Amino acid sequence: MESELWKRMPLNSNYAAAYGAKDSDVDVVAAYPITPQTPVVEKIAEFIANGELDAEMIHVESEHSAMSACIGAAATGARTFTATSAQGLELMHELLHIASGLRLPIVMSIASRALSAPLSIWGDYSDVINVRDTSWIILMTSTAQEVYDSIIQAYKIAENPDVLLPVIVAYDGFMMSHTYEPVYVASNPEIFRDYIPKKISWTTLNVEKPITMGAVANPDWYYEFKYQQVVAMKKSYEIVKDAAKEFGKRYGRFYDTIETYNYGNNKIGILTYGGLFGTVMEAIDRMNKQGMQIAGIKLRLFRPFPSQDIKRILEDLKVLIVIDRAISYGAPIEGSVAMELSALTYRESLDIPIYSYIASIGQRTTTEEDIMGIVKDAINLFERGKRVTESIYWGVRQ
Amino acid sequence: MSRPIYYRTVFDIPKEELLAPGHGLCGGCIAGTIIKLLLKVAGPNTIVVNATGCVEVSTTTFPYTSWRVPYIHVAFENAAAVASGIEAAIKILQKKNIIDPSRKINIIAIGGDGATADIGFQALSGMLERGHRVMYLLYDNEAYMNTGIQRSGTTPLLAWTTTTPVGKVLKGKVQMKKPVSEIVAAHRIPYVATANPAYFLDMMNKFKRSLNVDGPSFIHVIQPCTTGWRFDPRIGIKVARLATETAMWINWELDNGEFRVTVTVPKRKHVKHYIRIQGRFNHLTDDDIEALQKYIDKEVDRVNKLVGKEVIGPVVE
Repeated sequence: MESELWKRMPLNSNYAAAYGAKDSDVDVVAAYPITPQTPVVEKIAEFIANGELDAEMIHVESEHSAMSACIGAAATGARTFTATSAQGLELMHELLHIASGLRLPIVMSIASRALSAPLSIWGDYSDVINVRDTSWIILMTSTAQEVYDSIIQAYKIAENPDVLLPVIVAYDGFMMSHTYEPVYVASNPEIFRDYIPKKISWTTLNVEKPITMGAVANPDWYYEFKYQQVVAMKKSYEIVKDAAKEFGKRYGRFYDTIETYNYGNNKIGILTYGGLFGTVMEAIDRMNKQGMQIAGIKLRLFRPFPSQDIKRILEDLKVLIVIDRAISYGAPIEGSVAMELSALTYRESLDIPIYSYIASIGQRTTTEEDIMGIVKDAINLFERGKRVTESIYWGVRQ
Repeated sequence: MSRPIYYRTVFDIPKEELLAPGHGLCGGCIAGTIIKLLLKVAGPNTIVVNATGCVEVSTTTFPYTSWRVPYIHVAFENAAAVASGIEAAIKILQKKNIIDPSRKINIIAIGGDGATADIGFQALSGMLERGHRVMYLLYDNEAYMNTGIQRSGTTPLLAWTTTTPVGKVLKGKVQMKKPVSEIVAAHRIPYVATANPAYFLDMMNKFKRSLNVDGPSFIHVIQPCTTGWRFDPRIGIKVARLATETAMWINWELDNGEFRVTVTVPKRKHVKHYIRIQGRFNHLTDDDIEALQKYIDKEVDRVNKLVGKEVIGPVVE
């Protein structure tokens, strides 16, 4: 794969995100430091200081102002980037709704992290799952390479005139943000210019053509604005797929809304997201050696939920195990993605038991043995005829 | 350095109206007057960022807008941060030749007292410290008028609001008004001024000066509120004028470190003239007013010392 076009570099996912932003030729970056995202901001500052990236960096005094400044910059026509984690994402929450409501194609990377209290700087997906209903497109990645590639794809998706919604690219805090992997980075970022050309495809604050953005909408109009977001989000599903397809064709690295592993005639599937999918694949290999055939499914696209792609997979399966990395307190099924899958199976009249497990909360270590234990536990439940259970808290001291 | 004067008489004021009529501000609202005059000074090469508040809700009800310049409203507490983003975007897009680099574009953030001195103060301070070339206009009606007259950091001592009611034990606001323009001045930005729409030429000269400086600028304008201050909607400008005539409100500017009082008051009026025409001060006793007068006397003394001569004179009526 190493060639004139690509150089192979050891990068953690934070640096991969920074390289992704640089190679997307962003114009404005507004960000605030927070563990474990901080190295993204540092790296981008380095790029600008060295003249490798021609952008304005706004050293804002909070994440609230980071997203506000991104909104202002994007509304002026700049390609805009920010990055955050956990409390920072919560502080911007109000603005997440406004960024999508104003239909601004901002891209944000998230080194996902547990939410306080108690204070935890460690990785889980409580922050990302919490912004589910903000009308942002959400990609959840598993490798540093995928982080880099997804940020470039994110601009392709966000700036599509049929979408014009902001995009989150998430990855595991620490387990990915601070661990190094080989990443193929473009030797010359110009190779992305045709894929994501600098064309302002959205309405901007232009003194030659004055418009009002962020108006008041009373009950006679608000609903229609929100419905337009529903339509854009629905349309974005195919556009996410096309963006990945075109990326694969041009650059030789292929992605989709979901990813499968050891998927064939296997009747038991295990679904998760983020870096934990690597552990799942490892566990699947080990179970394979023991004569157990398990299929792995990674959810790459969380919003819009890839219902059609998952439906196709579920039609082949007899049992689905879902490992969630965030808790929806008080929900009928507290594993957030498991609950969505339950809704999907109901909607599509699919007859498949879903076993919901919660693991790696606050970065509690989750090993291949844990995954194998979860599979064993779920099969045991299935064989005892227990079809649906409440979420099971794997490894917690009760 | 003498003060640059751009507007000497009403005939110097541009005729162009960039705030369209038909907005929904209260009858007699002075905020509309301030914004209309601001846009006359700024002209069409202007982008406005407006915090949530009276001006915002009254001028932008979809599908209508009163703004003939590009305008954005994002949230309550972040106008300064949004303006920072716009300024940075224009800088880089002009450098990359995507926006015409020869065009000077004014970026104006507008917020009320809540949006500026309370909830949005952090974003404002950040913008000032980073040095963005943005003019920030605070129209100060001394309470959360848009939500229905709740006290803010800039509500004056003893004023009635719906959250500082006049009861048997407590009577009005128990704290002083936050000196927000002085706190802004402590950021040592190029230009800070206070202004009063009753002295509209002075105010407009300050708008112009503020748009001409290289860096952040801040103008704090008093905006009498007929609804919240409880006075006849016809007399808003009279109330504003009394604020300066009594020295409740002093018009000054701090231009690159040079301090001057721009509207001198050789013969001052007693503060009772300002207090007694406003319903929000109905409950004040003569003793309360005398205490307030003593406070103003001290403040006048301080300002005169700062200038080095008597710019605000003694109380004569």
